[in-house]
This record gives sequence, structure tokens and C-alpha cells, in this order.
Amino acid sequence: MKITVKLFAGFRDNRFKMAEQDFPEAATVGDILTALNIDGPELGVALIDGRHVLPEQVLVDGQILSLFPKVGGG
Amino acid sequence: MDKIFRVNMSDLTCKVEKVPAEFVTLGGRALTSTIVAAEVPPMCHPLGPNNKLVFAPGQLSGTAAAQSGRMSAGAKSPLTGTIKESNAGGTTAQQFAKMGIKAMIIEGQPKDNKWYRLHVTMDGVTFEDASELVGKQNFAVIDAMNAKYDTKIGVMTIGVPGENRLAAANISVKDPDQKIRSHGRGGLGAVMGSKMIKCITVDATGAGKVEIADPEKFRAAAKVFAKGMLDHPVTGEGLPIYGTNVLINILNEAGGLPTKNFKYGQCEHHDKVSGETMHDTIAGRPNGHTKHGCHAGCIIQCSQVYVDEKGEYITSGFEYETVWGLGINCLIEDLDDCARIDNAMDNIGIDSIEGAVLLAVAMEAGVLPWGDGKEGLRIMNEEIGKCTPIGRILGNGTGSVGQAFGLTRVPVVKNQGIPAYDPRSVKGIGITYATSTQGADHTAGYTIATNILKVGGFVDPLSKDGQVELSRNLQIATTAVDSTGMCIFVAFPCLDIPEVMPAMVDMIAARYGVDMSVDDFVGMGAKILKMEKEFNTAAGFTAEDDRLPEFFEYEPIPPHNAVWDFTPAEIDEVWNF
Repeated sequence: MKITVKLFAGFRDNRFKMAEQDFPEAATVGDILTALNIDGPELGVALIDGRHVLPEQVLVDGQILSLFPKVGGG
Repeated sequence: MDKIFRVNMSDLTCKVEKVPAEFVTLGGRALTSTIVAAEVPPMCHPLGPNNKLVFAPGQLSGTAAAQSGRMSAGAKSPLTGTIKESNAGGTTAQQFAKMGIKAMIIEGQPKDNKWYRLHVTMDGVTFEDASELVGKQNFAVIDAMNAKYDTKIGVMTIGVPGENRLAAANISVKDPDQKIRSHGRGGLGAVMGSKMIKCITVDATGAGKVEIADPEKFRAAAKVFAKGMLDHPVTGEGLPIYGTNVLINILNEAGGLPTKNFKYGQCEHHDKVSGETMHDTIAGRPNGHTKHGCHAGCIIQCSQVYVDEKGEYITSGFEYETVWGLGINCLIEDLDDCARIDNAMDNIGIDSIEGAVLLAVAMEAGVLPWGDGKEGLRIMNEEIGKCTPIGRILGNGTGSVGQAFGLTRVPVVKNQGIPAYDPRSVKGIGITYATSTQGADHTAGYTIATNILKVGGFVDPLSKDGQVELSRNLQIATTAVDSTGMCIFVAFPCLDIPEVMPAMVDMIAARYGVDMSVDDFVGMGAKILKMEKEFNTAAGFTAEDDRLPEFFEYEPIPPHNAVWDFTPAEIDEVWNF
């Protein structure tokens, strides 16, 4: 299935900003993190189509996954 | 021995008073709000002789505690009509604390209609003729004071909008690099102008160290606290690298980034003004600094020095809310243009949140085209900065612009502009905006931490569940933290690392030689928050004022098409403590 992955802040270093990538059916957010060589504890926030999700969340073809390290401001 | 300076502008005297026993362990917001609540008649006109302007360094300001260099300023606000506390970095908090000035209370108004500069020394305050400074904007005032004294002189100043008592006027504070930090929100610059004080200079000659009752306990706690700041990924890594502006992209992805005067929750050009782009822009230019502290002793370094392509200074302290307001909400896509407007707002002395929010409403009114950064800059310098008739309409804030042009999408609560997080799609912050004693203020109970950033747990931003409790707890805790002199970002480690909050409380206990538990500390926050609420009630505010503007209820915001859907009774539950 095709997933658009968007990376932010330090996750962009040596990776990319946005890419459409192929993943096996029923891949989870955690599987995609592994494929991107991002350790689970590095993850701050994952959003699918603008909604917060957990690493166990299973993706569906055509979704947009946004991944942020632990960041903040205000 | 700490003291209070009571400055009377009516007879140009300064009394040096003993610190009352009940004030000894207070500081910052706790002290300014206690004094304002006790001494300012709630129904007084904010620009009249009965309002008072109070400055107080935080409980830990001037000590070796990291992040503790913030000063609180308090008064009845001419923008909101409520009690107001606004804190800022710079150099004066640490100067006051080391000089033993627990608070400076400014009351009355001059009878001779002359402008003054207050000159603060260890002995008291003298009243200097300020006629040569009148009409100057802030950077020129700072240059003049540096030339008269030296660069160590502390400076708090107002620009021309403050002289003219415009409700968006702030009080600008010189920072360690001779640039500007601001007591931004709530129009305190207009209160200073109403007392005909153009500038306050602070000469700390003879100041000693802040007395610590139990130095050993203090040192141990300070170490744990500083380690917490460096260990937490947000304060140790995210903020220093990207600054607060890292939030542009995350709010955009979450659909909570108010765009084109709160019409949309996402913005197509978001990455042009994002924290990531700003970092790369600054790092790629000569003399740019991606890290910078607003006061000596800051180890987070979330600020920056923003320069142009040639390496010439444009601005510093270029925060998320300002970049959002100009770059996203006004659709000004050129980050350099946004930086120049930020610098202009520092220079003329208006709150950069109110200034950006009112500019978007002015764009909706047709005063200037959407996205026109050059015209936005001209309006700041030539209209608001010079207090022309249209400049006065704008410089009196977002609500003033909305009323003058007959608009309904006017994002204010208690007449203060709503900042950078849409309350329909980040519902916890909507509860804070609605109920804060300060008018719409994200920092008063920063639910973004838990709604968006997953710090201190997670409460779904689009659901109503848990938002009232979240906002209530954060408003209480923030009132306490605002009293310490600490920057608000200490909250991130406090929420996630168990030993950080007790270490902060231990530092306060060791500073004053008292017993204080975390519960005592939070209890102080609750007490002060209720005191502020009682002031507002006595000033004529009711539960009906704790509401968001109506358009949030009938204009769904894309992409989630969320509306504001709390009932009045649900909102009022915030005060159930």
C-alpha cells in the first residue's frame, strides 16, 4: 500500500521531508518507524490524517502519516 | 534585608518600606497580583490615578537557579479591564533581586503633566526629566541610556504608542545583548504612559548576592533542577535547536493552526515560515544564531538572532506566536518580512501577539491586502508607531479594529487577542482562553503540552473529555510557576520528570528557610488564581465574560470541521476548586 510519510524537525536529518512510500498491507506506525530507522522512544507525536495515533495503529492505503520527535514551544 | 519601593507620581516621592511578613515568601505573579488586589480599586479606570503598576522579580530571580530571570509586571489592564500579570526576561529581574527590591509599586499621576524617567538605585528612586526621550521609540531610548550610563544599565521603556496610552502598548525590557524583551500582553505600556513614565533605568551598583537561607539544600536542588532541563527532550534539545517556532508544522498537521484570521486550521505555505525553515535560514546566514537566552542563566536557549542575507541584525526573540500571527494568520509568506515586522513591534513597543492578531483583522477589514508584509511593516512604523488616527484604532487592539470596521470574526476574549492555537480543534486551550483571569492567553494554562505534544500525558484535542480538568490544573500550576521567576518552559520537565517539580519547590524553601511541599506550592497558585478571579468579579466581570466569541460556535474549521461546543455550565466548572 502507498503511504505518504511526512517527517519533521530532527527526523528530517539524513532522511526526507515528505515521501510516498510502499509498505506491506496492515503495516503499523511502529513498522514504518523501524523501516525509517527511528527508535520508538525517539517518537514524540504520530498523526494519521491529522489525528494523534499510537505506534500500534494499523495504516490503510492512501493515508498521510506525520511523524515528530519530542518537540515543544509556546 | 529586602525592601519595597513605593513610588508616588503625584508628589514625586519614593518611600522605602519594610516587606510585610505575609509577602516574604512571595514573588513574581503571586506578589504583583496580591498587591494589585489589595491596593487597586477594581472599578478604577486603568489609565487613571487609582491604578498602580507593580514590578516584582520572581521568588528565585537573582539566584543561581537556571531559568529564573523573569520579572512580573502587574496592574489593572486597559486592554481587558481585568487584573493583569505579564512577565518578561531581560536584566531587570536579576538586578532588582540582587538589590533587595522585593517589589516596586508605582502609584498616582504627576500634576505637572511632565514626562519622567525613574532612576532606581539601591537607595531608592529619583525622578529625572524625560523630555528629551519623549517621542523616541524603544531602541533609541536604550541607545540613549547606554550612552548616558553604560551597557550595564537596566532599562524598561515604552515607545510612542505607550506614551499615547494605546491598549496594545507593552513595556520593553533591555536584554543582555542590548535588545528587547517585553512585558507584552494586556497594555501595561499604556499604564506606564498614563503615569507619564517614559523609561525606568536601573543602576545596580552596590548590589550583593541574593541571600539563601540554606545554601546546601539550594545547591543540591538546583543541580537536580538543571539536570531535568537538560535531560528532557523538549527543553534539552527541541527548543534550543528549533525554537518555539517548531510548533508551526505540528499545529498545521493537527489542523489547529489558525489561518487567514481563524478561517482555516491548516495553511498551504506553512513550511515557508516553519521552525525547521527558520533554523536553516538563520544557520545559513552570516552572524545568525539559532540559540540565544532571554536572560543570564537560561540553559534552554530557545531564542535566536535572526539576520538578513548580509548578516545584518533583523530581530531576536522571534517566537512561534508572532511568526504564526504574521506568517500564517496574515498570510505573509516571506519570513524576512515577518522578522522585520517583529522588530518594528519591539521598537514601537506593542505586544507582538496583539499586533499580529489585530493586523489579520485589519486585513479582513480591507485596511491592507492579505499577505502584504511590506504594507504591514509600514503600518506598524508609520501608523501605529506614530499614533495617527487609523494607527490609534489599530493600536488599541484586535477588539478595537473589529468594532471600528463592523466585523464578527474578531478573535478576542475579554478584549485580548486569541493566539496561535484554534480553540475549536484544540479544545483544552479554548477552556483556558475563555476562563483565564488574564483574557485570552495561551500561557495561562498551556494545554497544548498535553493536547498536541503528548507532554504530561495525552488528552485528545478534538474531544471535550478531560479538557476542563486539564485547563484547571494547568492554570493553577502556571500561576504558581509565574511566581517563581522561572520561564514557563520549565513546565515540560515538571510534567514528565518526577523529581523536577520537588526540586523547584526545594529551591524556594531553601531560599527563604521555610518548609514548603509541592502541595503548598500548588496551593499558593490556587489561592492567587482565586484572588485574581475575585478582583475581576469586583471589577464587574461575570461568568458570561468567560466565553469565546460566538463565531467559533457556527463556523466549522477545516480540516476537522470542528466547532466550539462547550455549554456555559461546562466551562464554568473550571472554577470548581
